[in-house]
Amino acid sequence: MSGGDGCGAPAGGVRASAAAGTLGSQAVVEGRVTREGAPVATGYARLLGTGDEFVAEVPLGEDGGFRFFAAPGSWTLRVLAPGGVRAQRSVEAGYGQVTKVDVAI
Amino acid sequence: MSRSDVLVDADWAEAHIGTPGVVIVEVDEDTSAYDKGHIPTAIKLDWKKDLQDPVRRDFVDKTGFEALMSERGISNDDTVLLYGGNNNWFAAYAYWYFRLYGHDKVLLLDGGRKKWELDSRELSTDVPQRPKTDYTAREQDSSLRALRDEVVAAIGKRNLVDVRSPDEFTGRLLAPAHLPQEQAQRAGHIPTARNVPWSKAANEDGTFRSDSELRSLYQDEAGLDFGRDTIAYCRIGERSAHTWFVLHELLGLPDVKNYDGSWTEYGSLVGVPIELGEAR
Repeated sequence: MSGGDGCGAPAGGVRASAAAGTLGSQAVVEGRVTREGAPVATGYARLLGTGDEFVAEVPLGEDGGFRFFAAPGSWTLRVLAPGGVRAQRSVEAGYGQVTKVDVAI
Repeated sequence: MSRSDVLVDADWAEAHIGTPGVVIVEVDEDTSAYDKGHIPTAIKLDWKKDLQDPVRRDFVDKTGFEALMSERGISNDDTVLLYGGNNNWFAAYAYWYFRLYGHDKVLLLDGGRKKWELDSRELSTDVPQRPKTDYTAREQDSSLRALRDEVVAAIGKRNLVDVRSPDEFTGRLLAPAHLPQEQAQRAGHIPTARNVPWSKAANEDGTFRSDSELRSLYQDEAGLDFGRDTIAYCRIGERSAHTWFVLHELLGLPDVKNYDGSWTEYGSLVGVPIELGEAR
């Protein structure tokens, strides 16, 4: 996982599955976006808070993957993809946990 | 200065691919995005490797910027059209940076890479070779950049706009939610700052909201006094470059500075005041 001191997307998108034991106080939300079983590599995942307030956004990785380091609580995950595709899921995050959200569009 | 002088849409960009005198430049932190596909004829700039000094925490100096522009084949007369990922954060940063060094003809692509991709417009993996130029930069325009002492002195006197997310502003997080939580020594915000997250200035597809919506956002909702000078900051200065673009270039406020040291500097300074929680 890169990120360095920047605010941008990790190099090469994100890889699913944060290594267990390295989470500490992180509350990770991650998953993959697929269309008919195939990864969607062109698109964006947005993490929204209460009232659909924008929190963060990442481009999908080559494997359709995304990952957020959130705070514990309730979030909305929204996926944007070409062709006006817009899908969303509700998600609960907790400290030291990886919450998986896979989205089929 | 008005919106049409500084911001163009994807149709304009598409119509100007290959137009002599127009150089399209993708600016990213993750330049592997460019390598996978970019707007045809676009060259790339790496936000960190190209625009930051490799040793000191600062920009490349005037000589370094001149060498970079010359090597990439950008001349003083070229119109530079900037776009990038992350809703144009780094492209807006580069826009501000080009302005700092006195490049007059610079434009931002509304919606950046995201809108281009969501529109399913053409992407190319061809890397153009541009002939070298002999670029001359001006001295840095200090009216656009705030340094830390000026920021501390501005507390309670100027508009301070913290454009990070509400959780970063209140001190619950140290970094955006798609990054590991690290960096500054302390969390919180600069006293008297208003929190107007950069994202409120943008639509979901990355384009900027209308001028009237933007005025309402900063004046009516956030209570900014447009008669005062303004300093914008975030964590490392690129999200605040996005807001600097909105306030200075789109809305035409005369005195707006970007504090690129931002929270990674301020939150690690010894002895400066910090506020936690909501804006007071």
